[in-house]
Amino acid sequence: MSNKCATKGADPEPMLGTEPFEDTVQRLREAFKSGRTRPAAFREEQLEALGRFLREKQELLYEALAQDLQKSPLNSDISEIILCQNEVDLALKNLKTWMKDKPASNNLLTKLDSAFTRKEPLGLVLIIAPWNYPVNLTLVPLIGAIAAGNCVILKPPEISKRIEKVLTEVLPQYLDQSCFAVVPGGPEESQKMLQHKFDHIFFTGSARVGKIVMAAAAKHLTPVTLELGGKNPCYVDDNCDPQTVANRLAWFRYFNTGQTCVAPDYVLCSQEMQERLVPALQNAITRFYGDDPRSSPDLGRIISQRHFKRLHELLSCGRVVIGGQSDEDDLYIAPTVLVDVQETEQVMQEEVFGPILPLMTVRSLDEAIDFINRQEKALALYVFSNDSKVVNQVLDQTSSGNFGGNDGFLYMTLPSLPFGGVGKSGMGRYHGKFSFDTFSNHRACLLAPSGLEKLNEVRYPPYSYQAQKFLRWAMRSHSCTLL
Amino acid sequence: MDAFENTVQRLREAFSSGRTRPAAFRVAQLEGLGRFLRENKQQLQDALAQDLQKSAFESEVSEIAISQSEVDLALRNLRAWMKDQKVPKNLATQLDSAFIRKEPFGLVLIIAPWNYPLNLILVPLVGAIAAGNCVMLKPSEISKSIEKILAQVLPRYLDQSCFAVALGGPEETTRLLEHRFDYIFFTGSPRVGKIVMAAAAKHLTPVTLELGGKNPCYVDDNCDPQTVANRLAWFRYFNTGQTCVAPDYVLCSQEMQERLVPALQNAITRFYGDDPRSSPNLGRIISQKHFKRLQGLLRCGRVVIGGQSEENNLYIAPTVLVDVQETEPVMQEEVFGPILPLMTVRSLDEAIDFINHREKPLALYAFSNNSQVVKQVLARTSSGGFCGNDGFMHLTLASLPFGGVGTSGMGSYHGKFSFDTFSHHRACLLRSPGMEKINDFRYPPYSPRNLRVLLMAMEERSCSCTLL
Repeated sequence: MSNKCATKGADPEPMLGTEPFEDTVQRLREAFKSGRTRPAAFREEQLEALGRFLREKQELLYEALAQDLQKSPLNSDISEIILCQNEVDLALKNLKTWMKDKPASNNLLTKLDSAFTRKEPLGLVLIIAPWNYPVNLTLVPLIGAIAAGNCVILKPPEISKRIEKVLTEVLPQYLDQSCFAVVPGGPEESQKMLQHKFDHIFFTGSARVGKIVMAAAAKHLTPVTLELGGKNPCYVDDNCDPQTVANRLAWFRYFNTGQTCVAPDYVLCSQEMQERLVPALQNAITRFYGDDPRSSPDLGRIISQRHFKRLHELLSCGRVVIGGQSDEDDLYIAPTVLVDVQETEQVMQEEVFGPILPLMTVRSLDEAIDFINRQEKALALYVFSNDSKVVNQVLDQTSSGNFGGNDGFLYMTLPSLPFGGVGKSGMGRYHGKFSFDTFSNHRACLLAPSGLEKLNEVRYPPYSYQAQKFLRWAMRSHSCTLL
Repeated sequence: MDAFENTVQRLREAFSSGRTRPAAFRVAQLEGLGRFLRENKQQLQDALAQDLQKSAFESEVSEIAISQSEVDLALRNLRAWMKDQKVPKNLATQLDSAFIRKEPFGLVLIIAPWNYPLNLILVPLVGAIAAGNCVMLKPSEISKSIEKILAQVLPRYLDQSCFAVALGGPEETTRLLEHRFDYIFFTGSPRVGKIVMAAAAKHLTPVTLELGGKNPCYVDDNCDPQTVANRLAWFRYFNTGQTCVAPDYVLCSQEMQERLVPALQNAITRFYGDDPRSSPNLGRIISQKHFKRLQGLLRCGRVVIGGQSEENNLYIAPTVLVDVQETEPVMQEEVFGPILPLMTVRSLDEAIDFINHREKPLALYAFSNNSQVVKQVLARTSSGGFCGNDGFMHLTLASLPFGGVGTSGMGSYHGKFSFDTFSHHRACLLRSPGMEKINDFRYPPYSPRNLRVLLMAMEERSCSCTLL
């Protein structure tokens, strides 16, 4: 079994045969035990190789993303390839700092000791990725897992078939295959994988499957990070410029044909605002995609028949005021806006995950906040208002994974912000250093002197009242309050 | 409809009302906790004596003072912890406000065990309160006297619309776990940890599990046996061995064992006298069930120190075993009692190998005059916590995260780590509603120029910060 990274620029070679999954797990565990993934040099090598994969196979990736999702090169660049490249670069730049022992402040009892937190890899990590940003959502977690020193099994999304092929056949050639494996498969294979023991499972997908993953992890006491979804509310205040809001709203809604876990899912606004917003949205859509969005190279397609049918049904909710066209053969759904939707209709019951934006009217900010708080906590929440007090009020009175004031999910480009959900939208977080921390064991370490035993006398039985008082006092002294 | 339904509902409503959010409220609750500890100190010590025969010293040091210390730390730092945490920005967001906001999860469930029944319920509670949550406490029904005080006295010091104590055994706990919580904090065995996590999975509730395991203790040839024996004995027999981070078994050479055993005898005699049974500083086993379990372990290997036991008194003498086999019960389950098995190894490598063949423990210890040996053990193993040349002192440092890894647990707490555990860290980006022209380059129709500008904007500012 070849171990070293393949020569640069080699033609993609199919994996020779398929190893039984148990054997892959076993092999990677042994590789981890050998200590191979621990040195910084090894991790850097793998990260650099990942960078090369992104650069050298860029055309291949563009093609695959275009075939699977009809992503434009710009979409592929900013939301997949370049984003991953940035994360690789960030990890390479900071790896040694992240790996350093982190000193901790002492109290009087441990004054002569060395106290620190050591980051250690967890061992064997399983990463399960979805189809909507298949490169990003596979590689960004992978970067963190590698940087933290783990071995990794990747399960790429089977629905985005061409990308799955590239990740399964080409990516491994860049990595040390004794420590990293890409195992393709559908729901059945995933279930079987989940029966095995891993040291961390990183899952991006639906809440329904998230529960299955966590239940499987519970059997082995495996910690999990679950990046799930939900309906991301977007409150639009009366006090705003409708065209500015419409531009921003439309861009984030229809990007990637709406197949984005952090896209604004529905709008809450007053009746008056709605009447100003709809024509502004039409302007934005026409500006972005032309009079015939279907022929715009900048608008993608729905991933599959199944999702197309699902979205097609949503078009009969409320009333279509913009778009509404669809073509099954082309998996095309026009950028659509719905009004007069009822809370009980399908489009307000499930995550839209497509190029359809329902608008719901509310009579006040309080009613909007109330509505939001009656739903499950979303992955993202958006507020548009010229009045920062309004923005802050919504921020203060709601909860969500992430929050955007006066824009969409731009925060995704800031690795200094933790990306993750809360409640049904997920648990745990990643991006940048948060990825490294997610895939590390933070081991509390105290190195005491082997001598100086006289100092310990005070704590030994037979216990005396004086000793008790001294110890109590010593334990409560801290050299530093800023932990 | 069960006994807990109403309470859960009531606490949720209280949380929805926003009552627990203001710093002043949290401060008031924390101060209430502090007063609870101070005003009931005698009763608490009496209860701990009743349940575990804990000496006043041990109660003070490992239960009351530690809890008080955490209350004080939270009060001192609460406002700093609650502050929005600003983060470095890239070019695209230079003019924006980017920060992490800490928010309470909502309704937290804390399930505590019987061995440090005050500490292990109050220290998590401090974190949950500081983070702004409502809390349902489930103390252990096995440490009955403490359970009583927590159920009857503690609520008087807290706002009872936001905090409640649930009582019962495994059956009630199972029913409690069917309800939906926003966070579950569990301290106990790995076996029950799995049950808790499985129940949490049904609601996608995040968990912190503080579990257990067999904490290895490597003793190098190069050490002073008496010093090591003192430290080892203190941490092993403290609380009658019923400590999740106590050294569980020793790995050392045959020669070291021969020097260690008499030194351990010295330490035990020094600490507990010639008749440990009459020492006021040695506690008792919590229950019949555990007593019988431990009595069984006395048959493993060969007793070289102690070995006496008395069922009526739930008394087990500070014991040391040698010649134990890996397959015997004392090397198969967490000891959790005043029995210390010694296993011989032929080298440091063999010791490390032995350790790494087993589940990752909550704590790991290495004793040696040679710091290189200590560092090697640290570098070549994994565990929740590690201490070189001492026992679980790392626990007393709130600046270190306390938690397990693998089957010894997930998540961590103490000090600020508690606050962070019970908070959702919400990523926030506040932009200007105007200056729309700047956004033009990101909108379709796309051109190569658009892309170039966008990419430049996404680049991290090289000067801002590498220390994220």
